[in-house]
Amino acid sequence: MLIIDCPYCGPRPEPEFTHGGEAHIARPADPSQATDQQWLEFLYLRKNTRGVFAERWRHARGCGRFFNALRDTTTDQFLATYRAGQKPPAVPVGGER
Amino acid sequence: MSDPNRRPPRIDARDWLEPLPAATRFSFRGSPEAAAAASRALGVELSQVACRANAVGERAALWLGPDEQLLIGAESDAGAMREGLVAALGDTPHSLVDISHRQVAFAVKGAHAEWLLQSGCPLDLDIGQFPVGMCTRTVFLKSEIVLWRTAPDTFRLEVWRSFADYVASLLAEAAIELSA
Repeated sequence: MLIIDCPYCGPRPEPEFTHGGEAHIARPADPSQATDQQWLEFLYLRKNTRGVFAERWRHARGCGRFFNALRDTTTDQFLATYRAGQKPPAVPVGGER
Repeated sequence: MSDPNRRPPRIDARDWLEPLPAATRFSFRGSPEAAAAASRALGVELSQVACRANAVGERAALWLGPDEQLLIGAESDAGAMREGLVAALGDTPHSLVDISHRQVAFAVKGAHAEWLLQSGCPLDLDIGQFPVGMCTRTVFLKSEIVLWRTAPDTFRLEVWRSFADYVASLLAEAAIELSA
């Protein structure tokens, strides 16, 4: 079982968490002026990265908080977790294998 | 083939699983300022440390999230708790919801309490990792529960009413191994 390090509660087992998709997707700053293409990108277009990927996770059956995680999508290894609103910490490209 | 009509053994009043009496419960959410006001009203410090519960008498405050606490008191204390909290919180932004009847509580106790809960809870409940006074929302197999270690061999388990039979029956099933 994966142990995920919740930034609020510490290391916790995976069944307590839910996945929230790609992180750091900003809503258009002025929604009424956004073009259809900008809305399309905001709402629907997501990366499908092979390697280190920043994702949102939610400690749904714990503290209930969303946070961000850097996960290697090829190894399923969590490289770092950090609170929502923070910048991703520097992790060597490719991460630790 | 096992009998398809076989039911898990019903819970009886064995000494390791005790249904606790009805209680008053509030779901409290708010900033640290609101939590401080609620602490003064309750006479119980709402922990700002993750996963810690504080109790004074029958009143208790369990940290569930950075802005979320589960407040527990005696059933007869409902009016006094509510009035005290409402008066102390005043205009401070907060949410206070009476969830007394949403969930029920069990005490899981005895030398095997940890082992029994560990049969369905993936969290490490070793006393070194989950000391007395620690509380958290977590899972018991498919059900969401709140666990609070009130003594080295006693846990308070809060579970939503409709999941109570599920959790208690699976604990009873795990306990069969103890009698084997």
